[in-house]
Amino acid sequence: MKAFTQHRGLVGPMDRANIDTDMIIPKQFLKSIKRSGFGPNLFDELRYLDHGEPGQDCTDRPLNPDFTLNEPRYRGASILLAQKNFGCGSSREHAPWALEDYGFNVVIAPSYADIFYNNCFKNGVLPVILSEAEVDILFLELEGAEGYELDVNLVNQTVTSDSGEVFSFALDQFRKQCLLQGLDEIGLTLIQAEKIRQYEVEREKAHPWVYGAIK
Amino acid sequence: MVARTLYDKLWDSHLVNENDDGSSLLYIDRHVLHEVTSPQAFEGLRIAGRAPWRLDTNIATPDHNISTERSERVAGVAGIPDEISRIQVQTLDDNCDHFGIKEFKMNEMGQGIVHVMGPELGATMPGMTVVCGDSHTATHGALACLAHGIGTSEVEHVLATQCLVSTKMKNMRVNVEGTVGLGVTPKDVVLAIIGKIGTAGGSGHAIEFSGSVFRDMSIEGRMTVCNMAIEAGARVGMVAVDEKTISYCKGREFIPKGDLWLQAVSYWQTLVSDDDAFFDIEVELHADDIIPQVTWGTSPEMVAPVTALVPRPEDQVNKELRKGVERALDYMGLEGGTPIASISVDRVFIGSCTNSRIEDMREAAHVAKGRQVAGSIKQVLIVPGSQMVKAQAEAEGLDKIFIAAGMEWREPGCSMCLAMNADKLGDGEHCASTSNRNFEGRQGKGGRTHLMSPAMAAAAAVAGHIVDVRLFLSESSSTGVEL
Repeated sequence: MKAFTQHRGLVGPMDRANIDTDMIIPKQFLKSIKRSGFGPNLFDELRYLDHGEPGQDCTDRPLNPDFTLNEPRYRGASILLAQKNFGCGSSREHAPWALEDYGFNVVIAPSYADIFYNNCFKNGVLPVILSEAEVDILFLELEGAEGYELDVNLVNQTVTSDSGEVFSFALDQFRKQCLLQGLDEIGLTLIQAEKIRQYEVEREKAHPWVYGAIK
Repeated sequence: MVARTLYDKLWDSHLVNENDDGSSLLYIDRHVLHEVTSPQAFEGLRIAGRAPWRLDTNIATPDHNISTERSERVAGVAGIPDEISRIQVQTLDDNCDHFGIKEFKMNEMGQGIVHVMGPELGATMPGMTVVCGDSHTATHGALACLAHGIGTSEVEHVLATQCLVSTKMKNMRVNVEGTVGLGVTPKDVVLAIIGKIGTAGGSGHAIEFSGSVFRDMSIEGRMTVCNMAIEAGARVGMVAVDEKTISYCKGREFIPKGDLWLQAVSYWQTLVSDDDAFFDIEVELHADDIIPQVTWGTSPEMVAPVTALVPRPEDQVNKELRKGVERALDYMGLEGGTPIASISVDRVFIGSCTNSRIEDMREAAHVAKGRQVAGSIKQVLIVPGSQMVKAQAEAEGLDKIFIAAGMEWREPGCSMCLAMNADKLGDGEHCASTSNRNFEGRQGKGGRTHLMSPAMAAAAAVAGHIVDVRLFLSESSSTGVEL
């Protein structure tokens, strides 16, 4: 997995709550059996005026001028600023794959849907939680400052603006360490293989019906 | 001993290890796979040179991306016209064959929507941990399982280790007492709950549904309720074991028999929350306050009784809500103040992992029987949730009722719930849908979804607009059939 320690980048805003994973990457792109290449179709239905299909070259598609991330000042944004309950709905990991492939390394929002939040960490995308008031401050500052950038530091768990404001964020230590070191979680779990086997032996004695029915 | 909730008990019994960093290793009993979220996981196994930890915990079937047209299905995987879809379905077959995972292939008896298939085959048993790369995995919690959706990286993790690295959720109880009235279905109950607690109301929590309404509800009804826990933000929804749970399980294909059955039952009966167990959040609703529900906006929390008016932006209590309602009404092409029961419908979809089981088919057929789809309706899709549901419905003659009413009887799959296949809405079309998400574009770009029960959707098909199904039921109440 890709490691993440700190990131400085341009902030792109999406000032709405409940941005769902269908919006982030519409279903027709879920037919792919690959993990990569979803970036051109991130927010496809909001971003383009025509209907997108997988495998299509997106370079000449008509862009929706009302979609904020299409504005020239947000081109190249790598930090996405959004409102609460970001990533709700479907469990599709294609959502963080698309964000990452587009170039977003960080999302900042007041809250996330549980499955999406979890999926981000598996893909080197850091979902930062700030309070609604802090997120509102960032929206306000960004509105008035073209080229608005933020520094996001995972080690210190801080978001710092150029004016020197520092916002701290919380996250659990396991996720932090995995992301900092880019650890292979499966490899980590397999270190405990003996414990898993022991559990299975005891479980098979206690609840034998759980195993063996499906062949 | 400390009193525990059902969730606490399920968590404790699957704990392999508590790690120093506060995370835990949780053992997974049943892993359900489908074509859309598994290919990258199998590829990951191959690249790392890993094999599945064990095989008898996994079960697979294609559902999301397959055609529901009989003419396309009969030709098998090779007959899937869209090349990218064909490759995806073929890849599931190839991966299951290669790794030795039990799969119910596209046209085999047993195939169906993952969350219909698991319980009906008895692959889901009370007390299990069940995961699947699909957010509606909470459905299985109707059988007192700890069941939730996972991403593709976790699909790979479960395949390789039979475990998940997890953090314990908090406990939430939603208690609904009383008896629901005629025409009020489990879908209405869960929509009313989402309307009350909101689309993020259950985030970080495992919800247990309790009270007389759920005790009186069938297991299939409980599946409808647990299915939509995720629409209230909770990954997990559950109902405790009772006699209905035990009798539902009995005799199903993968359910134990003989002594093993007796042993299992005596354990399953312990799967209830202790009387004085602690819940971090408790929510109460009363059955008398719940009448048929319909969503009018673009989030499942944008729901109202069928007798209500579409909300007006200017009536909202704050700017954020006003903006949300405005945006939703703009997308839905609706004016605030419009009676919900007057909204015209272009298409009707009865199916999905929420509402495609035999009781849902019966509920819709009861309304459709002897009636005709309104001339203004472009299409009514009836999509049974599995091959077994389809066979049972046909044995009861329900297919003939639907066809006589002018509806289409399709092959099992996810269909227009997420519209990955050809079943989708056109731009601006309104749909009376028994599915679970009314997000923008969910059922087709520009499509406008109104979530409701199978009975309500069938009634909308007949009326040509959203209508209170109770009007239909009182007309035919002399038949003595209740929903």
